[in-house]
Amino acid sequence: MADLENNGLPRESMGERIREVIKDFGIPRFIILGFLILLIVAAKVLGLSMPQLLGSILTRFGMNGILVLAMIPAIQSGTGPNFVLPLGITCGIVAMTLSIELDMTGLSAFLFSAGFGALLAGIAGYFYGVFQNKVKGQEMTVGTYVGFSVVSLMCIFWTLVPFKSPEMIWPYGGSGLRVTITLEKRFAGVLDNLFSFDVMGVTVPTGLLLFFALFCVLTWLYMRSKSGIAMMMVGSNPRFAESAGLNVNRLRVLGSVLSQMLAAVGIVVYAESYGFLQLYMGPLFMAFFAVASILIGGASLKRATVTHAVIGTFLFQSILVVSMPVANLVVADNLADVVRIIISNGIILYALTRKEAGVDVR
Amino acid sequence: MAAYRLEMRDIQKEYFGNRVLKGVSIRVEPGKIYSIVGENGAGKSTLMNILFGMPVIHNTGGFSGEILMDGNPVRISSPQDAVDLGIGMVHQEFMLLPGFSIAENIKLNREITFPNMVSRLFGSRLQSLDIPAMRRDSRKALDRLGLSTLDEMLPVAGLPVGYMQFVEIAREIDKEKTKILVLDEPTAVLTESEAEVLLATMRRLAGEGISILFITHRLDEVLAVSEDITVLRDGEQVATLKTGEASVSRLAELMVGRKLEAVGCDACAPSPKGDKTLLKIEDLRVDMPGERVRGLDLDVYEGEILGVGGLAGHGKIGIANGVLGMYPAEGKLILDGKELPLNNALEALRSGMAFVSEDRRGVGLLLDESIETNMTVTAMQCQEKFLRRMGISLADGGAIRRHALKMIRDLDIRCTGPEQIVRRLSGGNQQKVCIAKAITLEPRLIFVSEPTRGIDVGAKKIVLDLLVRLNREMGVTVVITSSELAELRSICDRIAIIYNGKLEGVLPPDASDVDFGLLMAGEMSHSRKEAS
Amino acid sequence: MTSAQETRTTQNAVPPIPPAKKKFELAYALRSNVVPLFFLVICVIGAYYSGLSLPFLLNEIVVRMARNSFLVISLIIPILAGMGLNFGIVLGAMAGQFAYFATVNWQIAGLWGFTLTCLLSFPLAVFFGWLTGKLFNSAKGKEMITGIILGFFANGVYQLINLYFMGNLIPIRVPEMLIPGGYGLRNTVDLKIMHYALDNLWKVRISIPGSIMPIVVPVVTLAVIALLCVGMHFLFKTKLGQEFRATGQNRHIAEVSGIQVDKIRILAIIFSTVLAAWGQIIFLQNIGNMNTYGAHVQVGTFAVAAILIGGASVSKATIGQALMGTLLFHTMFIVSPLAGKNLLGNVQVGEYFRVFVTYGVIGVALALHAWQGKAKRKT
Repeated sequence: MADLENNGLPRESMGERIREVIKDFGIPRFIILGFLILLIVAAKVLGLSMPQLLGSILTRFGMNGILVLAMIPAIQSGTGPNFVLPLGITCGIVAMTLSIELDMTGLSAFLFSAGFGALLAGIAGYFYGVFQNKVKGQEMTVGTYVGFSVVSLMCIFWTLVPFKSPEMIWPYGGSGLRVTITLEKRFAGVLDNLFSFDVMGVTVPTGLLLFFALFCVLTWLYMRSKSGIAMMMVGSNPRFAESAGLNVNRLRVLGSVLSQMLAAVGIVVYAESYGFLQLYMGPLFMAFFAVASILIGGASLKRATVTHAVIGTFLFQSILVVSMPVANLVVADNLADVVRIIISNGIILYALTRKEAGVDVR
Repeated sequence: MAAYRLEMRDIQKEYFGNRVLKGVSIRVEPGKIYSIVGENGAGKSTLMNILFGMPVIHNTGGFSGEILMDGNPVRISSPQDAVDLGIGMVHQEFMLLPGFSIAENIKLNREITFPNMVSRLFGSRLQSLDIPAMRRDSRKALDRLGLSTLDEMLPVAGLPVGYMQFVEIAREIDKEKTKILVLDEPTAVLTESEAEVLLATMRRLAGEGISILFITHRLDEVLAVSEDITVLRDGEQVATLKTGEASVSRLAELMVGRKLEAVGCDACAPSPKGDKTLLKIEDLRVDMPGERVRGLDLDVYEGEILGVGGLAGHGKIGIANGVLGMYPAEGKLILDGKELPLNNALEALRSGMAFVSEDRRGVGLLLDESIETNMTVTAMQCQEKFLRRMGISLADGGAIRRHALKMIRDLDIRCTGPEQIVRRLSGGNQQKVCIAKAITLEPRLIFVSEPTRGIDVGAKKIVLDLLVRLNREMGVTVVITSSELAELRSICDRIAIIYNGKLEGVLPPDASDVDFGLLMAGEMSHSRKEAS
Repeated sequence: MTSAQETRTTQNAVPPIPPAKKKFELAYALRSNVVPLFFLVICVIGAYYSGLSLPFLLNEIVVRMARNSFLVISLIIPILAGMGLNFGIVLGAMAGQFAYFATVNWQIAGLWGFTLTCLLSFPLAVFFGWLTGKLFNSAKGKEMITGIILGFFANGVYQLINLYFMGNLIPIRVPEMLIPGGYGLRNTVDLKIMHYALDNLWKVRISIPGSIMPIVVPVVTLAVIALLCVGMHFLFKTKLGQEFRATGQNRHIAEVSGIQVDKIRILAIIFSTVLAAWGQIIFLQNIGNMNTYGAHVQVGTFAVAAILIGGASVSKATIGQALMGTLLFHTMFIVSPLAGKNLLGNVQVGEYFRVFVTYGVIGVALALHAWQGKAKRKT
């Protein structure tokens, strides 16, 4: 009797609307927002430097943003949060090591890394997308372990790759690349320091934020384009998309390609701002933080927008930035890390156990 | 001992103010086969759900009326109660675990066990299975059904469908208490010879004293095995007769009988139909589960409203789904003299056809998107409408909004605005959004499947009116597929009846009930077959 | 190596697989055991190139079988109950570790300490299992990813408790357990007082002719594992076992037949969590100390990879596969670093290879499962 519905639905009253908005916003997000406010108050009370904190928040916001944006094409095309993000990240890292090996520096090295990384990631994303169409319904679980496998396989690659640049190999011989490579002489800070200025003690990484903003606009525009709307249709109801003459599998592959390309660009921006390149097991858990960020921003497993990504990245990174010094002063150094683990995985669990509206009916 | 094994007296049931059973009474004698026939939605399933104490009944306010077994009033508030009272049910879809053996399935959750040391400590659920005893019982049940050659240790996976049906029945008669067996469309999945064996088995079980309630569409089978027949139509008990008084045509007539008053727009002219064939369907085969089309030939004339009717499962729903590329299809489509490729939704839409799906929520709508998005995205994707070109094609928000507002006004969609999420609309308004989506494509030919399913009476008329207006005012050819014959007869120019995946015949809307009944029951094909 | 030889080596090298009812057919046996056979070949090649002596290798294998089998077997019930690979056994391992904190804190030594640890872990594991089961019931069809994330989440909570509550909100008597600051458990907790509590009850030394080193067999530990196998076998011959299997095959049909599906699913997870807790306790008594913040982290991944290498799938598993998988997985673990060094001149490569195999085998198994599920839906 699923067909019988309540007809003549009464118009929603103002109170109901407010309740609805609160429901949409979700209890976990209120908790997170409350927690953030509490942290900020604590930081104030403890006499931490607000401008410094704000500066760090801005930097970390810009540095992680594009990795979170990478979730949007994946979620919108109906494959769920992209747990196989390490694939694109790895491509970005390969491009960066290549730029060092080719002895490139400055903005050109950055642009080469981002561009070539995105190219590699696009190819990888295509093949993974084709594979992913064979495992419909299990994308998240399969993606998690494929991501892990890629990272561990790349560990072998880093050990065996015959790169010669002294900045990357171990100083006292031995085969393989270092675990952490500094980008100081390469392109560290090329965006952060671009047009950067200080206002009331806050250092604003203008270039970084502009770059992130550019990608936000591009993603937003894409999601409003014919192709982006087709992707949304596939994600929210594949049968509807089929009935409108769309090729569902092809759009899912496209979603995978775009997501991985954004991941590659994202990691290049991340490394640029961080100043270091982390190889080996470095990218292993990056997907989880990106997934958690967009979910915190209000996305669900089936719906995500640029706004969700921006809000989520900002909230999540703010908590990380503020909790670290507060935890250091109040209790012990490690607490911030623990809080990060609990919050990020807690929000993913919440999203997983929520009844998803409009699931694939087949 | 009372004369009747089971009596249901004046059973009434409402779902959300919608009366689906309006006082049905049946009386089943011991060892007799009692048939209940009726169209889809006539209330047969609801009646059986009540008898079996299904939660769906009790979660929606229960029912009124009385049930008596062997003369004593009984209360059935859960399936377990029904089983305890000796009611066995063979469901329409198989309730068998493929990885279990036949014996394990027959004994599912009624396993024979013996205690062991662990179970004495931790409770009866840890008792060991007594496989030999389970085999013995299963053997006995299978033998009673005349399946002495079937090994009870075979896994169910890989058994022919016919055997699965028998395993289901074996499970029910293995329950010692079973006095009444309910068979819900048991022959729907069987071949003719398998069905005959089943009917013979039913007679034998009745001979052993088990009462059988037989629910089916196949009228000849009803006449072949049952003693008493009740005909339901729209929740009403239209007739209860003895087999001797019934014939296939009489039953068919009772099942479909006319009721709805004519709808349609009174003031406008008759449909602008010509004799020109707009769409020619030749030997169409559609692989849609449960609604297979098996070689259909049908012509659609330009400007007409064509109704497509037939009993559930005979493939009427499959036609539109096949033509519009939603399910794998073979055959030939000629639209306006040009052959169309099959299995290509995009081509179908671009050639000027549109589809309003029977599965409104599953296929027809993006439930969590806005009304305006739902109306416009299909046209955007296949006709490049509502786009602005600025290097890349971007959605034109202004054009979308204007169009949505016009549609909301024209179709009188009750909503808070074009940005409202369609999930929150009522069924009738959701249907209007689906129709608006199709109109946005500016089609020449529109297929509408089950347009009034699941929406309330008032909205039904509005939706049908809308389709008529579409035809008269915009000259769109309309093909309506519906289970409700009355609604087809109220607005269509011609009505095609589908039987067993093929065209059984085409009738004018004012043809007699008997004629419709005969076509739906496939009597034409049957007599053709006998003649040849 | 021809295929016939391969099968012979299988039969020689592995513990007995439950006897097949049908007549032995070579091609069929090969096809249905292709995964374990593949890893067997890798292990044989790896063992050859590792340069390890056979007695040493056998010793290591016996030790690791005794250590890990219990944990791997704990995965079987949820698989048969249709819930996939229970990555949530990490919570079981945590329950075992919490129980150890208590018994070490009370300084209860030896077999008595070990037994008490098992007893104490029981209610905790039941509670964790119940919570996990509840969570899985609200994420039906997504149990595995939920289990993975739950493992990470629980790890955060575990760290929170042990780093900030221990010695603080929760009194700790033994100062050596705590970080010098006064609260928070140290990175390593010494389990010396219960080291080999089970293993040393009865050790049999089997000397191999031509080798100085005898093979040491911890008979009691192996007997406990054997008892568990018998118990599992027994369980699946009971009414409850039948309910697990019915639920695993089709939730809906099981429900219509009157089985309380949600309860059965929770029960399956509770069984699994409790067994994992005991498995972890056995594991740690053999190691003799506990990496407080790391011992449990990979328990789920390793156990899952082991059972998959043994030939199990997301929806099918037997005790034989669990034991076989433990054997192959840990043989690979022992030989791959040395083989990597001897073959490629790099220890690291071998290490990474085994990590890759661990993750890769899970990824492939999950993909195959999804693939088959999709094919089944289509027909």
